[in-house]
Parts: sequence; structure tokens; C-alpha cells
Amino acid sequence: MINLTTPLGDEVLDLRAGDRVTLTGTIYTARDEAHIRMMEEGIPFDPEGAVVYHCGPVVQEGRIVVAGPTTSARMNTLTGFLIDAGVRALIGKGGMGREVVEDLRGRAVYLAFTGGCAALAAARMTLRGVYFEDLGMAEAVWIIETDHLPLTVGIDSHGGDLFSAVHEKAKTQFHQRFNIHQDNVS
Amino acid sequence: MANPADSTLSGSVADATELALTEAEIRLPSDVLTALTRAATAERDEIARSELATILENIALAEERQVPICQDTGVPVVYITLPPDIPLTSEIFDGVREGVRRATAAVPLRPNVVDPITRRNTGDNTGVGMPAVHVTPGERLTVTVLPKGAGSENASRIGMLLPSQAGDIPEFVAETMLIAGGRPCPPVILGVGIGGTFDTVAALAKEALLLPVDTMDDYEQAICDAVNALGIGPMGLGGDTTALAVKVKRADCHTASLPVAVNVQCWACRRATVEVRR
Repeated sequence: MINLTTPLGDEVLDLRAGDRVTLTGTIYTARDEAHIRMMEEGIPFDPEGAVVYHCGPVVQEGRIVVAGPTTSARMNTLTGFLIDAGVRALIGKGGMGREVVEDLRGRAVYLAFTGGCAALAAARMTLRGVYFEDLGMAEAVWIIETDHLPLTVGIDSHGGDLFSAVHEKAKTQFHQRFNIHQDNVS
Repeated sequence: MANPADSTLSGSVADATELALTEAEIRLPSDVLTALTRAATAERDEIARSELATILENIALAEERQVPICQDTGVPVVYITLPPDIPLTSEIFDGVREGVRRATAAVPLRPNVVDPITRRNTGDNTGVGMPAVHVTPGERLTVTVLPKGAGSENASRIGMLLPSQAGDIPEFVAETMLIAGGRPCPPVILGVGIGGTFDTVAALAKEALLLPVDTMDDYEQAICDAVNALGIGPMGLGGDTTALAVKVKRADCHTASLPVAVNVQCWACRRATVEVRR
């Protein structure tokens, strides 16, 4: 287990897809609407070494109630500017597209947090502030302090992509299993 | 706030709906927990094992802290059983909507219901046609709530197969997960509807998610094995556990049709039933 602390630097370049890590420090939530707003108006936090979390939490009275990851692939075409600005890690679930794997190369990593584990996430988080609150609870950029959030390196900075490796194997399995079936019926 | 309607049928249905939705959001049914625990024991892949351990820890924490299991608290799908002495009136539907509004504020739940085009949020998880309410005759007046998250709902599929393709149903189901990959938060439960019509087959697939997931018949098991052979694993990171269960519901259909629907459900198969106090 590798322990990471924000702001992140070149240590992310040593990570490999499949590594288990924990993350401690400040992270910023952002979903579709927040990405669009940041592209239009600029990034409201210092992006150098920053971590962006694909998440729309439930917040009540200044407290994170639950905050699990959302599906990262929705941000595939909205991510490049963040990496260009110095963001070193993205956290989300489900993996990201080819364009993001290329964006990350030599610069940053994608960390997978277990989907649905919103209560566990909240237990290790403290709310520090918010940007773009007018976007609503799910879409605002929440500033969150994390304490040893357990993560898996899904995409590393060398083109290693656990999700696409798993998908390729799944495709092979599928074709093997069902082509035999189709031969039987023909 | 005291609600004068509470002594009415509508008020009682609201109470039961609020209770069922709250229970469903915070605590997983025991059959789902059993299936997850079994999978965690059997899993051989190291990353998958740690993903499943995280899931089990999260379930325990949600109950301990009395908070929702997942931040996508979903949209509630509601099933009512109606005994013969109670007429089906708008009071039932009004009660359900009131219960959803109350649970949204009290638990709290994320307001997820929006206008489909303008995307304006209604703020209380009710709206035009939401929540969906399905009524069937029964012995007792009960409210069952199935909160459905979007990550898994979006991976669901419907196919109008040819009558000659009955043997291809397992392939259609497995292909649904091949396309979905890690996006619907596996390990999943797959509700499969077979037969009926274009509209009823989707309803069957969703109703299949209400069935206990800790047992499967041979047909369901064979499809489940085919899905797990894909090796997608928890969260699409690889492993033995892609589906916890496949559950099938069937209806007869037109001689020229074979509708098949797959409703994908993430591991948080949340559901709860509460009897309405009368």
C-alpha cells in the first residue's frame, strides 16, 4: 500500500495500474457542469498538484453525508484542460476513454474509488468549502479534506489502463463462449 | 410538522413510503448481504478482494452512521399491493409522493428528479410520472420501494429478439455486461424479463430485482456463470465476481415476438417493504 499526500508531484509517475494507494489531503469534486464552468471561467483552486474527484455528494449543514464516485467516462472530453493546468490525479469510477489515457501520459494518474462506497468515503472526509454553489448540490465544486481514502490506480502515467485490459479479456471470453454456441445452431 | 392528513389513507401510505425508502437507503436486504459475503469469500483476484472488502465495510458504516449506502440515492420505484377492501384512488398515489418528499428531506436523499429536456431539478424527488408506482392485488396493503441509481439503470437494455433466438438469450444478457463494463458498479444483479410485450418486458426485468438474490434456478445460474466468465470483476477492475445473481421473470408473448430486457442493478440492490398501518 502506497500512501499519497496532496499536493501531488512526480511521485505519481512511479505508480502502476493495479497499485493500491491511499490519499490524504485536499481534493476538489467536479462533475459535468463544474467542468464546463471551469473551462469557461477558469479553475477556482490552484491546479498545480491538485486532485479532482468525480463526485456529487450529499451535503447537509456543512457536513458531507455521503460522497461516493460518479461515472468518470462522462468527463472524457472535458478533462484535458485540467491535466494541462497541472492536476496530478483524477478520482472516479468506471475508468476513462483513450483520449484521457493519452492526456495522463507522463503527467498524472486516474485513481478508482469503489463505486457506491459513499458512507465509507464520508467517514474519511471533512468539508472545507465550496465553489460554484449555484450549480446545485451534485454539481458544485466541494473542497474536501480526505484521510487515507483507499484507491486503486486504474490508469497510470505510462499508458497502463486496467479497465481496457480487463475489457479486452472480457471481449475474448465473450467471443470464445458464444461463437461456439453460434456454430452449434448454424 | 404535524400533518392533518396523517390519519387518512393517504397519510398512512405516506408514513409507510417514508419508512420503506429510509430503510432501503440505509440498510441492504439480508439476501443481498449474503450474496456479497459469499462472493467476497470465493473471490480469487487480489484487487477484486479488496474492492469487495471496501463494499462490505461501506455497508457496515452506512448502518452505523445511519446514512445512505450510496450518494446516488436513486429514484424510488414503488410497488403497492392492494387488498380487496381498499379502492384504488388518487389517495394512494398522493401518499406515495408525500412519503418520497418527506424521506428526501429527512434522510436526506439527493434530489435526482429533473425535467428530461430542461434538466431543471424538481428538488424533492417527485415530478411528472415520478415516482413510478406499480399496483397489484394482494392480501395486505404494503409499500415496497426500490431506489434505482442511474449508473446501473443507464446500462440496461431491451431487445426484440426473433422467436428462433430463445437460445441466444444468455448471449444477449452477457453482451449487456460486456458493453457496460465497470460503469454500472459491478458486482451487479441482472433482472431479466423474457416475453410479454415491449413495455411489459422492461417492467418484468425490474420486478425480477425484487426476487431474493441468494438463490438461482439452473437457467439463471447458467447465465450468471456466463457473465462471470467475462472477468469484468468488481468496478471493472477484473476478477471472478461480475454478477452476484441473475434473476428471471417471464410472461407469455406473441408467437412472432421474443422481447428480452435486462435491467442492470449495482451491488447496492436496495429495497424494503413496509405494511401500511390502517
